[in-house]
Amino acid sequence: MRSKTHVHTKINGEERDFLCEPRQSLLEVLRDTLNMTGTKEGCNDGNCGSCTVTLDGRIVTSCLVLGVEAEGREITTIEGIARGNDLHPIQKAFLENAALQCGICTPGFIVATKALLDKEPDPSEERIRFFLANNLCRCTGYDKIIQAVQQAAKEMQA
Amino acid sequence: MSTPSYSVIGTRPIRHDGADKVTGRAIYGADFQMAGMLHGFILRSPHAHARIKRIDTSKAEVFPGVNAVVTTKDFPAVDDSKIVDLGEGNTPLRWARSNVLADGKVLYRGHAVAAVAAVNAHVAEEAAGLIEVEYEVLPCVLTAPEAMKPDAPILHQDLKMKELGETTGKVSNVAEHFRHVMGDIEAGFAAADVVVEREFNTATVHQGYIEPHNATALWNNDGRISIWCSTQGSFVVRDATAAILDIPVSQVKVTPMEIGGGFGGKIPVYMEPVAALLSKKTGRPVKILMPRQAVFEATGPTPGSYMKVKVGAKKDGTITAAQAYLAFEAGAYPGAMVGPAGMTVFAAYDLANVTIDGYDVVVNKPSTAAYRAPGAPNAAFAAESVIDELALKLGMDPLDLRLKNAAKEGTRRADGPKFRRIGCVEVLEAMKNSEHYKSPLEGSNRGRGVAIGFWFNVGLPSSCTLNVTADGTVNLIEGSTDIGGTRTSIAMQAAEVLGLKSEDIHPTVVDTDSIGFTGVTGGSRTTFATGWAAYEAAQDVVRQMKERAAKIWDVPSETVEQAGGVYRSNGHSIGFKELAARIGETGGPIVGRGAVNPRGVGGSFAGAIVDVAVDPETGKTTILRFTSIQDAGKAIHPAYVEGQMQGGSVQGIGWALNEEYFMSGDGRMMNSSFLDYRMPTALDLPMIETIIVEVPNPGHPFGVRGVGEANIVPPQAAVANAIAHAIGTRLTRLPMNPPAVMEAIWQKSTSPRS
Repeated sequence: MRSKTHVHTKINGEERDFLCEPRQSLLEVLRDTLNMTGTKEGCNDGNCGSCTVTLDGRIVTSCLVLGVEAEGREITTIEGIARGNDLHPIQKAFLENAALQCGICTPGFIVATKALLDKEPDPSEERIRFFLANNLCRCTGYDKIIQAVQQAAKEMQA
Repeated sequence: MSTPSYSVIGTRPIRHDGADKVTGRAIYGADFQMAGMLHGFILRSPHAHARIKRIDTSKAEVFPGVNAVVTTKDFPAVDDSKIVDLGEGNTPLRWARSNVLADGKVLYRGHAVAAVAAVNAHVAEEAAGLIEVEYEVLPCVLTAPEAMKPDAPILHQDLKMKELGETTGKVSNVAEHFRHVMGDIEAGFAAADVVVEREFNTATVHQGYIEPHNATALWNNDGRISIWCSTQGSFVVRDATAAILDIPVSQVKVTPMEIGGGFGGKIPVYMEPVAALLSKKTGRPVKILMPRQAVFEATGPTPGSYMKVKVGAKKDGTITAAQAYLAFEAGAYPGAMVGPAGMTVFAAYDLANVTIDGYDVVVNKPSTAAYRAPGAPNAAFAAESVIDELALKLGMDPLDLRLKNAAKEGTRRADGPKFRRIGCVEVLEAMKNSEHYKSPLEGSNRGRGVAIGFWFNVGLPSSCTLNVTADGTVNLIEGSTDIGGTRTSIAMQAAEVLGLKSEDIHPTVVDTDSIGFTGVTGGSRTTFATGWAAYEAAQDVVRQMKERAAKIWDVPSETVEQAGGVYRSNGHSIGFKELAARIGETGGPIVGRGAVNPRGVGGSFAGAIVDVAVDPETGKTTILRFTSIQDAGKAIHPAYVEGQMQGGSVQGIGWALNEEYFMSGDGRMMNSSFLDYRMPTALDLPMIETIIVEVPNPGHPFGVRGVGEANIVPPQAAVANAIAHAIGTRLTRLPMNPPAVMEAIWQKSTSPRS
């Protein structure tokens, strides 16, 4: 057994401590150590975007971040998007637009969309497509996802 | 058929599992955790074709943190001639089992050889690296035409070719050659004024679901096995695992977790029996997650193919003869889905003279699995390219040529069946009348392409139970994995019968112990067949509710009528909710049951219209506009029907333009990651327009046909036709990536042809 490192971090606004091996990714820590399985693994090499979280406000694929790198950082995952018992407007828009089929890519898309709309409240379709090009969806052909993002943008500005 | 008016069907309610899936709470297979759980890792072959001379697991077994190692020797001995049905057809058990853990030979790079269970996945992977496997590397063969040559390396010494239904006794890589004949093909071509004949090749492509395969198994101390996994068919996993482990099906319980895409690729079992073996050896639950590279290298892609298609027509556009030669790569074991290709290749046309030859050929690539209308997109790429070229030669509008020869009710297909009511003409007319087709396309290096495709859809058994609750809602229990909103499309059909709202039905997908047999979520069957089971169960509830109302009013139950959830008799009336509140006092629980094995399957036609721009400097094709048109029969939830059409269209676009297994000569897939296996991203696409055509299927209570598959059949050909019109020369090989397009442009400039 490898020795483990103590890591102190803040996840979805709460202080969290965990132990991890140097070789463990943040994705693995979130899922296996902290039982936060909303963040999904699709490829484990940074190409599908299913494991997207924010690290100090910037989106990252958590499979390419080591658990130990989270020391002293702030992380937001899909579990931290809803406002208490109310869904976030992005989550509502995804449901109202049927923007998910199997749903495995949905957490990554929602986290990435929030990162976009928090900084750019009124992105063009082209900008949305560019920003979300790191997130693969194989079910929807993206059409309804783009529409959901456009609707969410409108509602978040209102 | 008159158009009935519905109150729930055709509306767009929020899906029942929506909140779970946008908050991260939905539990997919990989999310499943259990106390004491071990983690497995599978060692895979580095060679495409090799004899296994020796496996030494001793070093792995003593590695710290390792609990068990298994190889094919850990499977029980069973009769080699046993045949099992693994969801989409019959397979000899020895093949099904040796694909799970190689027995004697490895047949493709990535073929599973051994597995380790350990305290965590990293330790299991490290230990797997200590397993010594001595291989005698054999020459490999990677394409159907190569594998059909007389001197080709043979994959299976026990595979005897079946020729036109007869076993020949000849050892061959060709598992089967079949032929469909209708009319007189020679006379048909003799009567033609114009004949077009072309050869086509398509590369192996993968379903590309975002969630890798996963399986957790517990072989309990009472001898029963529990499995939690992401599968399209929990009962298939149950039956296949039981067969491979040679135990009764009653000893296996499968719980289908949420599933992250399948498209046909999550019907076969890969790791479930292995996890079960590891659990038996360790006495603990074992979870195995498949790495993405293994998903590409070792799970079922769809066949690459070599095809020849020849079609002749008179000057007025009447097709006089159509001939197809289809050689499909099955991968390591027979079953290339060339049968469905033969059934669909000319299905859109009413033809007198047809010959179709199909070859199911094994090669040293992963064993192919279903992929959305399996076989049909390959065949349609060939046939619809030829039809397009024929239209050009005849000077006809390509949709008019198709309409002139379109299949309709009563048309006999070359493979035998006569069509019942179908929507081929309606789809073609919708294409012709679409805003897209009527719009002008201007600019150089731009082209518009159209194509039509068919998928026959399947039935298979389904079960459904409805439990009425005292607050007037209904809990719906079913066994169909929900990959794209089918909980809701099934619940809506029950709601329609009961006169309730979609939100009044609470659907749950349960394990194989808790519901009657239910076939796979595949073949576009779930909304059709499990929806029908829900319809039957709802009728059963209505019958029982009428009895309760009759009891309250003291009238004969035959006098009670129900409409819109209100029960009436002889001046009395009571609503569903009010009546539900009284079921305790009127006789106790009401449980409705539905179990169906439907025969009234209705095939679906789909069309595609696409505008492309081709960059003559780079060969890159940009999709400017795309419209998908499909006959849904009846769209239960139109938003999810559109979603199927858009998703299938985009998979077809990826297949057309970029996706392929790029193989080295020694059988290594050189692009086994999402970086290099280039699936479409949001940036690659425009919005995908949809036109839902509704020609009700007379074989379903609400007219449902099923919409999961036909939409992926026409895009490849439509894109090919659009590119041909943009650059003035035709590509006959998929994918039509920038190098292939540049090659075609250069060839055209050096040797111009018509």
